[in-house]
Amino acid sequence: MTVQDLIKSLDLTVLSGDEEALSRPVTGGYCGDLLSWVMGRAPQDGAWFTIMSNLNVAAVAALTDISCVVLTEGVSPDPALLERARKENLALLQSPEGAFLLAGKLYAMLHG
Amino acid sequence: MSQGSGFITERYIVNGDDFHAAGSASSAMKKLLRSIGVPPEAIRRAAICMYEGEINMVIHACGGEAEVSFDGEYITIHLADKGPGIENPQLALKEGYSTATDEIRELGFGAGMGLPNMKRNSDELEMESVLGEGTTIVMKIKV
Ligand SMILES: Nc1ncnc2c1ncn2[C@@H]1O[C@H](COP(=O)(O)OP(=O)(O)O)[C@@H](O)[C@H]1O
Ligand SMILES: [Mg+2]
Repeated sequence: MTVQDLIKSLDLTVLSGDEEALSRPVTGGYCGDLLSWVMGRAPQDGAWFTIMSNLNVAAVAALTDISCVVLTEGVSPDPALLERARKENLALLQSPEGAFLLAGKLYAMLHG
Repeated sequence: MSQGSGFITERYIVNGDDFHAAGSASSAMKKLLRSIGVPPEAIRRAAICMYEGEINMVIHACGGEAEVSFDGEYITIHLADKGPGIENPQLALKEGYSTATDEIRELGFGAGMGLPNMKRNSDELEMESVLGEGTTIVMKIKV
């Protein structure tokens, strides 16, 4: 599964990320808002579901090699995060739904 | 940057006045390690160690310095700050222990998982801290 497949299946809005960013594989996921937990536990090529929307999200995303960030509950990124995500070509996505539902669907697609 | 015969050393200044932008030394290190062909798995562990160390220097010590070297076998990350020091290093290494303020927590930091992450992702971690003088941490990541 790729980020693009995830976008289609979960009906996500793309805030940043070009074709290359959206073609990355998604092989797992992580839900969390405390950055050190995400840093320590998020798997490489995972989708990260969070309500955290500040600039530090871009740094954590890049350093952990996750494939996309999904802002849940309709949260909007801080302008600085959006700018950084565009600059670094990070797949930054958005959904009005909560992490439970989104991650549950992803889990079912990967392991169902 | 010095480069030659399989080893490399780089220094980074970690700015203490902007925790919104923290992580730049870690990203620069990651790019450097990638450019010299270090395996991704080792880079990932080094990046986690460096980021947590960088964040700690920013939120707890008003910034500091990092030196990263690679000798073909180990990535060594040397962090040094002139912050307040750590009163009880053994306690600080416990999961969940944090003295971070509410303001810091609102940004997503202060879970008390930084030092534990550094310990778990490095093969060796040595910490030396003197109250009122600062903290030095050396981490080695086997490639
Ligand atoms: N460089 C440092 N200078 C002073 N104190 C530090 C430093 N690094 C860590 N600490 C202390 O150790 C505690 C635990 O650190 P850490 O595990 O990274 O958790 P957190 O940063 O989330 O509080 C911090 O809350 C702080 O009291
Ligand atoms: Mg920390």
